[in-house]
Amino acid sequence: MAQGADLGEYRPLTYFQLMEISLRELLVEKGVVSEQAIGDAVADMRARAPERGAKLVARAWVDPGYRERLLENGTRACEELGLEVPALRLVVVENTPALHNVIVCTLCSCYPRTLLGIPPEWYKSRNYRSRVVREPRAVLAEFGTRIPESVQIRVHDSTADMRYLVLPMRPAGTGGWSEERLAALVTRDCMIGVALPRQG
Amino acid sequence: MPPVAAPGGAAPRAQYPTGHPSLAARFAPGQRVRVRKAAPLGHVRTPWYVRGCSGAIERLCGAFPNPEELAQQRSGLPAQPLYRVRFLQRELWPDYRGRPEDTLEVEIFQHWLEPEAGP
Amino acid sequence: MHRPDGPDARPDLLVERGHHDMGGLPAGKVEPAEHDYAEWERRVDALMVLLTGVRGERKLMTVDELRKNVEAIAPEAYDTMSYYERWITSITQTMIQRGVITTDELARKLEQVQGRTEDPCRR
Repeated sequence: MAQGADLGEYRPLTYFQLMEISLRELLVEKGVVSEQAIGDAVADMRARAPERGAKLVARAWVDPGYRERLLENGTRACEELGLEVPALRLVVVENTPALHNVIVCTLCSCYPRTLLGIPPEWYKSRNYRSRVVREPRAVLAEFGTRIPESVQIRVHDSTADMRYLVLPMRPAGTGGWSEERLAALVTRDCMIGVALPRQG
Repeated sequence: MPPVAAPGGAAPRAQYPTGHPSLAARFAPGQRVRVRKAAPLGHVRTPWYVRGCSGAIERLCGAFPNPEELAQQRSGLPAQPLYRVRFLQRELWPDYRGRPEDTLEVEIFQHWLEPEAGP
Repeated sequence: MHRPDGPDARPDLLVERGHHDMGGLPAGKVEPAEHDYAEWERRVDALMVLLTGVRGERKLMTVDELRKNVEAIAPEAYDTMSYYERWITSITQTMIQRGVITTDELARKLEQVQGRTEDPCRR
């Protein structure tokens, strides 16, 4: 199987890359997994992207009934929009003018993967996991996000079976916008809580 | 041995009921609880920084197989009630710089919690 | 709260608090840079999804075993390894613990793969 896409540069495989090849080949030989299944699972995860989460947010912004259902049971609300989210128990937490939410997994990197895809590198980093629980405002400032002193900050550490998504506030100046146009304002970082949606 | 409840049968209402046979939920939303200050070996999902701290039950998430047991290839059943517990940041960190009402919420399994007043 | 290293290192403190259990410890600035995952990393991720039976296939391991085996990685290694390097190490350990593969099978396969991939002419 071809290794990566390093055109024109031969790099010897690392111990860990050798491990990946070896384990995969052993498991295929034993009939535990197939190359096809692995390829399909890679493609499946690639298709899971923040745009899926943005759909939930945009719908909640235009439809108050949906917003309530989203806050009540995030998983069912995903399914209501046709978003398949295997094994996800989603808890959606809402930003208000008085409260800003931010998500972390200090112990590893728990994240609503089947909704949003693979989490960003920084979310898994020592620096984020260690500091955001203790100095959230300072960490958010490193993302260029300034939360006013008057706003309460709530940090959610996903230590068990729930996965979290932040429902940001709808930006001003977006009255009458279509859901599609609204969804384009919602980035992955807004749904983790380290950024705010672009203004309308 | 605490009574085993029918799945989803115990009040308060679990946000994500599971089909597992589970222990009865001991705590209700709003109740003050303390995280046990223990340091066992094995796989543990109660973060160090909340051990020995007090907070309030925000909700009952549901009852889930115990990850401490699942990590050891055991079933983790009967399922343990799992709660979101809300802490005041200023009570977790002596040097916390933020609003006095800033909070932190963590999911903690029932067997790590005791009523704040005592066992 | 402190992490002792050097001459005052206390083994009880090092064991009591897992190296992965880092909430609240001092650390540096967060670098919000993006990382495009390599194919081999995506394959590791895919393997985890398949082996933990997320889509209802036969479950050969749990995510809890994955975490436990990541947590068992020595602190210096944990800090210098990349995320998926920790995962492939953990998944492989888990497969050995579960008896899906043996250490000897792995050793022979690693030798075989290494032999194949070392000579670019034979790739």
